Amino acid sequence: LKGIIVCIKPVPDPKYWNRLRFDGKTNTLVREGIPSIINTLDKNALEEALRLREKVGGEVIVLSLAPRDTIPLVREALAMGANRAILLSDKVFAGSDTLATAYLLSSAIKRLGVYDIILCGDQTSDSGTAQVSAQIAEFLDIPNLMHVSAVERTDEVKFMVKARIDYGYMLVEISPPMVLSVTNQLNEPRYTTLMNILEAEQKSIEVWSSNELDLAEPWIGLAGSPTRMGDLMVPTKKKKAEMLQGTPEEQAAELTDRLHRLGFY
Amino acid sequence: MAEVAESKIWIVVEHREGRPVEVGLELVGKAIELVKKIGWKVAAVLLGHGLEVLSKQILSYGVHEVLVADEPMFVNYCNQAWVKVLEDAVKQFQPEVVLIGATALGTDLAARLAARLRAGLSAHCIDLELTEKGELVGIIPWLRGNSLCRIGCPHTRPQMATVIPGVFQMPKTSGIQGRIIPLEARVEQKDFTYHIREIKHVKGPKNDLEKADVVVAGGWGIGSDDGWNMVENLADLLNGAVGATRPAVDESWAKEYQMIGTSGLTVRPKLYIGIALSGHPHHLVGVKEPELVVGINIDPNAPIFEGCDIGLVGDYRKILQVMIKSIQAQSRGENK
Repeated sequence: LKGIIVCIKPVPDPKYWNRLRFDGKTNTLVREGIPSIINTLDKNALEEALRLREKVGGEVIVLSLAPRDTIPLVREALAMGANRAILLSDKVFAGSDTLATAYLLSSAIKRLGVYDIILCGDQTSDSGTAQVSAQIAEFLDIPNLMHVSAVERTDEVKFMVKARIDYGYMLVEISPPMVLSVTNQLNEPRYTTLMNILEAEQKSIEVWSSNELDLAEPWIGLAGSPTRMGDLMVPTKKKKAEMLQGTPEEQAAELTDRLHRLGFY
Repeated sequence: MAEVAESKIWIVVEHREGRPVEVGLELVGKAIELVKKIGWKVAAVLLGHGLEVLSKQILSYGVHEVLVADEPMFVNYCNQAWVKVLEDAVKQFQPEVVLIGATALGTDLAARLAARLRAGLSAHCIDLELTEKGELVGIIPWLRGNSLCRIGCPHTRPQMATVIPGVFQMPKTSGIQGRIIPLEARVEQKDFTYHIREIKHVKGPKNDLEKADVVVAGGWGIGSDDGWNMVENLADLLNGAVGATRPAVDESWAKEYQMIGTSGLTVRPKLYIGIALSGHPHHLVGVKEPELVVGINIDPNAPIFEGCDIGLVGDYRKILQVMIKSIQAQSRGENK
């Protein structure tokens, strides 16, 4: 294979979600002090890319649309073993919705030119729209599959891909170039060693702005995003919970007793 | 002269083995309710082969039109071929709104179609509104925050949305008869850019969860496989099913098909117990009309305590240990 491109997104670390606060005045999320991580499923995508490279060769290129302060995360992807990393970063990209994000990523992929497989996480843990992979494929006019849990090369030009559907799965024959978005059933992402991290320090990360991309269409940034977030509705508290008293053990005994009286067991 | 479709809201209805997937019908019912005040018509859109019976069945739910692309080639599914047919139909008849159920295939199809049409797509909505001006507003749980958000695409047409299964009631058949309009399908074999070789239906756990009277769900705070075993143990003892939040699935304690909420399942249990999960709308939106909600969390300020009936604050391990022991003791006592 020639090239495998992995799209990754920095997201707020789920461990700190309870610290996320919403600023009702500006309609923005307050993320101060909350560390970012690579979206979990994107690591499965990267792991698969590295395994494919071991089997069939080619270069693994990591691509991310994110602010410059996420460079350490992109470096983490390099430490996992990617050959090259490109960060799309420009003020005019801010506020891009999924259509605009997919358009920008596909424009960068077109500029890279040589690729066989584009891998993405099936969805992100923050907004979770699960749209970008299919939309990248549409902008590139190549096939795609979502919810991928196994990838096997059957001959020079064909792959057999297992993809989840409702109530089961399907086995699909597909040929590169293609976009696959993956689930965590696919593999176990590798850990990075100190050696890997030191090596990654030596690799440079390319930062591309809008000048580097051929953006013929207007679909970038907030202005080029068809979807609009409206007002927020904080759900009214319907009822006040009855808080059980005592030690955890006493509370547990009380709950168990009530569930029994209500006939749940 | 080809017939002209008049409907302003389209619902692409997925079907399996000759039967409509429920979320398609749920959307038909909701759309018919939404258009009442502005006098629009609703159409269902079907792609496949041998769709005569299915088309008539869907007409019986009160849609004005069923738009049908019926071709032998369509016995096989491929998103790019589907998108091509839908793009042509949308450009020809210019609906204001296109709705698709957020199933595994629907999520993918909607995203590709939206990109092809350069249309905005509100994903995984849990409710829909339609303004008098014909603007579609989707309601989505927003970024794990304790709030919901309205989202729409006021400047582009068609306005697209996917809606998670189970949030709207199944409609009743109305006996009103609309008409069937064939769609032109300009597809060739080369538009089928992948080939489905096998489909396996894995039944079991997922069905159990959707039909279970008791759902015991765990979240990120469970922290380990051993902890997750306790959650499963408690669910077993209560004859219930195990549900999960996205972080618990991400950590691989739970399976994808156990995820409740946005982009997961909708459950309708009598008893729901949420353990070591924060209780954000992303998850809780998937718990419909429970009779009793119990929250267990170590953090007394966890949002779960704002939406539950009974709250327990403490280390879930200690709490579950006592519950498991006493339920086991009780059942042994009764079996004697």
